[in-house]
Parts: sequence; structure tokens; C-alpha cells
Amino acid sequence: MPENKNVPLLEVKDLKQHFNINVGAFKTKPLKAVDGVSFSINQGETLGLVGESGCGKTTVGRTLLHLYKPTAGEIWYKGKKIETKQDILEFRKKATMVFQDPYSSLNPRMTVADIIGEPLDVHKLCANKAERQERILELMNHVGLNSEHAARYAHEFSGGQRQRIGIARALAVNPDFIVCDEPVSALDVSIQAQVINMFDDLQDKLGLTYLFIAHDLLVVRHISDRIAVMYLGKMVELADAKTIYESPLHPYSKSLLSAVPVPDPKIARANQRIMLEGDIPSPLNAPSGCPFRTRCPYATEQCAAEMPAFNEVAPGHFVACHRVNEVN
Amino acid sequence: MALLEVRDLHTSFFTDAGEVKAVNGVSFNLDRNKVLGIVGESGSGKSVTAYSIMQILASTGKIVSGSIKLDGQELVGAGEKVMKTVRGNKVSIIFQDPMTSLNPTYTIGHQLMEAIVLHTDRDKKQAYDRAVEMLRLVNINEPEKRMKQYPFEFSGGMRQRIMIAMALACEPDILIADEPTTALDVTIQAQILELMKSLQKELGMAIIMITHDLGVVAQLCDEVIVMYAGSICEQGTADEIFYNPCHEYTKGLMRSIPTADTAGTKLQPISGTPIDLLNMPAGCPFAPRCDAAMKICLSQRCQRMEINDDHAAACWMNVKKGVEDGTIIAEEVTSNA
Repeated sequence: MPENKNVPLLEVKDLKQHFNINVGAFKTKPLKAVDGVSFSINQGETLGLVGESGCGKTTVGRTLLHLYKPTAGEIWYKGKKIETKQDILEFRKKATMVFQDPYSSLNPRMTVADIIGEPLDVHKLCANKAERQERILELMNHVGLNSEHAARYAHEFSGGQRQRIGIARALAVNPDFIVCDEPVSALDVSIQAQVINMFDDLQDKLGLTYLFIAHDLLVVRHISDRIAVMYLGKMVELADAKTIYESPLHPYSKSLLSAVPVPDPKIARANQRIMLEGDIPSPLNAPSGCPFRTRCPYATEQCAAEMPAFNEVAPGHFVACHRVNEVN
Repeated sequence: MALLEVRDLHTSFFTDAGEVKAVNGVSFNLDRNKVLGIVGESGSGKSVTAYSIMQILASTGKIVSGSIKLDGQELVGAGEKVMKTVRGNKVSIIFQDPMTSLNPTYTIGHQLMEAIVLHTDRDKKQAYDRAVEMLRLVNINEPEKRMKQYPFEFSGGMRQRIMIAMALACEPDILIADEPTTALDVTIQAQILELMKSLQKELGMAIIMITHDLGVVAQLCDEVIVMYAGSICEQGTADEIFYNPCHEYTKGLMRSIPTADTAGTKLQPISGTPIDLLNMPAGCPFAPRCDAAMKICLSQRCQRMEINDDHAAACWMNVKKGVEDGTIIAEEVTSNA
């Protein structure tokens, strides 16, 4: 719904999610999977969340839905802070999730109708069996499944169809907001395009808002209005999709985007990659200050001393880098 | 003579449900110093083609017919003794998942040296030196120290480098890379692709790159084979395949990838779902999903046709186009078919 795109549907303030990891017989150490992330998502918008494995993008999605209890930080939904158990229950009727792996996220012992119907039962949304059945068929219709599929089991379907079942389940409670956690990365290219188009259509039809988590940057650019880049639990850049791709400001975003293999041999031959040295540090031993400084070609002493603030350098364009002006 | 010549290869898996023709009449040549990309979706037979060359198929799989010649030597039916001299020495393979390809209970050094001692006549001391040299070649810092470490002490990208080091330790003529970067992040993928490219130039070997990612193909490959349901749809130089695709499946694949221009628009996916290899249709295997399918596509498979010197495709649309242009005479086609 373009007319109210500027009203934040969801606001996240300084979200932290630390897991305690056993490092000895009696010792634990906090693993800072998400360490102070703030952003907002507007009604009807798609926010893409990209980053490499271990950067905390999935944890952000899960913590948003209170699948993990946040260590610190606030989540506001439609101007109301989510605090009590009752809030969480209500919020989960409006916010659902589509998972990455269509093979392990569907119960092999349940029929398709029961998988899709389970959220309806949990939230007691249907008065009687006939209504439940009707709603299930309507949902299956939304995602392009036939009514004869209802009595079948998940193993009888291909990867693309399974992902459709997962999406129908996410739609069951009539949500406003869906966290899509790598929903197409397990699918073949030709099927991937079908599912991406379906996400697009459902958004138009039902006025949905997405948090679209993915590591495939071509897919994210296609589907997102705005994109956030994460590195080691911190958000390093946030801007609208076009800006991020055409003029990224953070050194990490630059190298991440230049590493994307472009399916065009002439561009590929001409493309000068910004190669990063080494690997991502372990989040258990994250570097002091800016987390990217160990691989950053521009790092200085200041980067080691303090974490740069997430500043708005242009309207709607946020970057966390001390040297953003000198680098660009 | 080409380094590797594959002719009309048929590989099937004999399962309880029936014969699955995973590779169904594949032919191609690979020259020295070239990078050949094999692209296709899951189940298209791209990995099975590679495993057939190495003869490392699962127990239910068998090369039914065809010929694989390496440097003029026939490998099909050559026996395990010959294959042992081929694997590792002449043809090496690296797999998708570097986490499971290394043995977690042995040190990296032990595993590298094992491969070298087995395949060459170096003694242990020489094998150690060679292993250290290989680790240095794939940009692993402090190789002497790293030799004593176990796989869990390495990151995914480093493990894949070690796999490459192991595969190249015996200086093979051909390196088969089966989705080598699929499990890795993009920045690490870029490092590995760059490494493969530079090693290929330095050592002068040929690479068969198996992938589903057209982006990876565009980065690395000189020639490309597009596979669908066990057969080759189209083959040619990378530029021909990307800029002049002549098979409806390849065209569909290209259209379904999101690019800079597709943002805000709808993608054009290929409709339907991949084919069931147990129930192959009589005609073109892609016909049930093809928007341009004609009557003949459903009943008869199109033979491979030369588009030009660098390009061949098996699609009736090219025949139709040729007849319309007058380059192909309609009677000839019907009599041949």
C-alpha cells in the first residue's frame, strides 16, 4: 500500500541477542549474534537483509518474532511496545515466518491440510470444521496449489511446491508482516523465479510487509525496496535498494557487492573485484571497535578503539564507518 | 586430439522403481587449458556425467553405453586397475561440501600426504615438502603449522582450498569441480574462483566446472554445456550461450535470473516443475514446460544441430527458424526425422 509507506509498521531499537556458549566445563561466554541493531520497516515495504553466514541475519528475524527472547532492546509494532506474553501472542497473529529449508520445516507426518490448518487451530481462528476447510482451500489457492493436494503428505511434493505449502501456512493467520528467511535459496533457478513472483503477487494482493533475509544479492535487489547489510552482528549500511547497489558507502558493502558473480561474461571480464583478505572472525572473539576492521583496507587506530555510530549520511542512507568521507 | 572425448554417454541408475536414465546420450570434447562449464538444475545429470568420467558412481549406477577417451585411452570398461591410475593422477575432483569431504579424525597434513604418497613415487619426506608447497600455492598462511591441524580448525573457505590443494597435488590434467562454491559465502566464493582461475593459468590444466549458477559460469568458463533431464540442450562458447542462446530452456533460464533491470518488474519464470526421470516423455524432455512447444516437440526429440562453428543446440525452434529463413529445406528435415 504505497500511500502509507512512511508509517513504520515495525520498529526495532538497539536489539541484542547474546547466546551463552560453553567454553569450558563451568565457563560460558556470550556469543553476540546480534549486537545493537536498530531499524524500522514501513507498511507494505520489503526490507532486504543481507550478509554472510554467521552475521546474525537469521537471528534478527527470529528474535523479531520472539522465537528467541531478546537479550536487550525493544520491538515496537504499530506504535505499541511488545512486552508481555499476551503482546507476543497477539503479535504472532500478525507476524509469521517462512523458513529456508522446505524439507525440514514441514512435519512429514501431517497432511498438507493439517500443516496449513495448524496455525488456525493454535490461534482458534475458525469456528467450525467447514470454515477451517474452506479457509485452508482458500490459502492453497493463494499459493497455486490444487485442492486435491490437501490430503497428501509433504514428501510427495517437489521443493518449490513444499515452499508454497510453507508460505500458505505463514499466511494462515492473515498476517501483516512475514519474515522470509532465505525462502528461495534451496530452490532451482527456474523454480526460484516462480516463488519470487508469488511473493510479489501476495504482497500486492494482501498488502503484506516482508523482512526478506537472503544471501543471494541478485534476488534481494530484485525484491527489496530497502536493503540492510549486516556484518558480525552489527548493521553496517542501510539504504534503498538502488542506492546500495549503485553507490554503496561502507567498504564491506562495496566488496560484498563486487563479489557477486554477474551472469554476463563481458561484465564479468571487465569487473574489478574488491578482494577481501581472510575470513570472517569468529563471533566469539569479535574484534574490538568496528567488527570489519580486521579485513578492511582502510582501517585505522580509531576503528580498533571504538565502534562507529550508525549515522544518516544522506536522507534514508545510514552507514556505520568512521572513514566514510575519506573512503568515498 | 582433444584431451577428453566423451561420446554418446548413457549412465543409468537401476532402482526399485525402475531404470533412471540420469545421463542420456552426452557427447563433448575438452581441450587442454580450457574451462568447461556444465550448467543445469538438480537432477539434470551434470554431476553424474562427472562421476561417470571418474567412475565413482553409487552401486546402483552403471555406464550403460558410450565412450570416454582420456588422451586417446578408452576408460569405459577399462577396469578398476586402470581407473586407479587415472583418478588423482590424471583427473581429480573436488566436491561441493568441504565440511564432509575431509576426514575429521586425521590432520590436514596426514590427508594431503596420503594422497601424494598413494599417487606418486615420492617418499614421506618429499610428500611433506610437496604438501607444504601446495598449501602455500592455495594461499594458506603458515603452512607448516597448519599441517598439524585438524579440519575443524579451518573455516569453510580454507577447507575448500585444502581440497583444491589435495586435488592438484599430483598435477592432474583435468580438475573436475562439482559445485565447489555453492556452500560458501559470496566473498569467499570470489576468492576461490579467483584462485582456480590463476591456478588453471599457472598449471595449464583443464577444468570441468559443474554448477547451477550462471554467474559462476560467466566468471570462469570458456565453453558451456547446458543440460536438462540427462541430455545436452545446448553447447558452445560462453559468449554464444549468454548472448545468443538457441534453446528454449537456456533462454528461459536467462530470463528467470533477477538482474539490475528486473527490479520492480515481474520475473519470467519457466512454468511447471522439473521432469520425473522415471517417466520421460517421448519427445523433447523440456517440451512439457516449454512455452514455444510445437506438435513435433511432444513426439520427437530434436537432434543436435550446429548453429555455427562455436555453437550447437537441440531445439526444433531452430529448425522452424531455418525453414522460415530458407536455410533449411523442409523436406530434408522430415526425411531425416
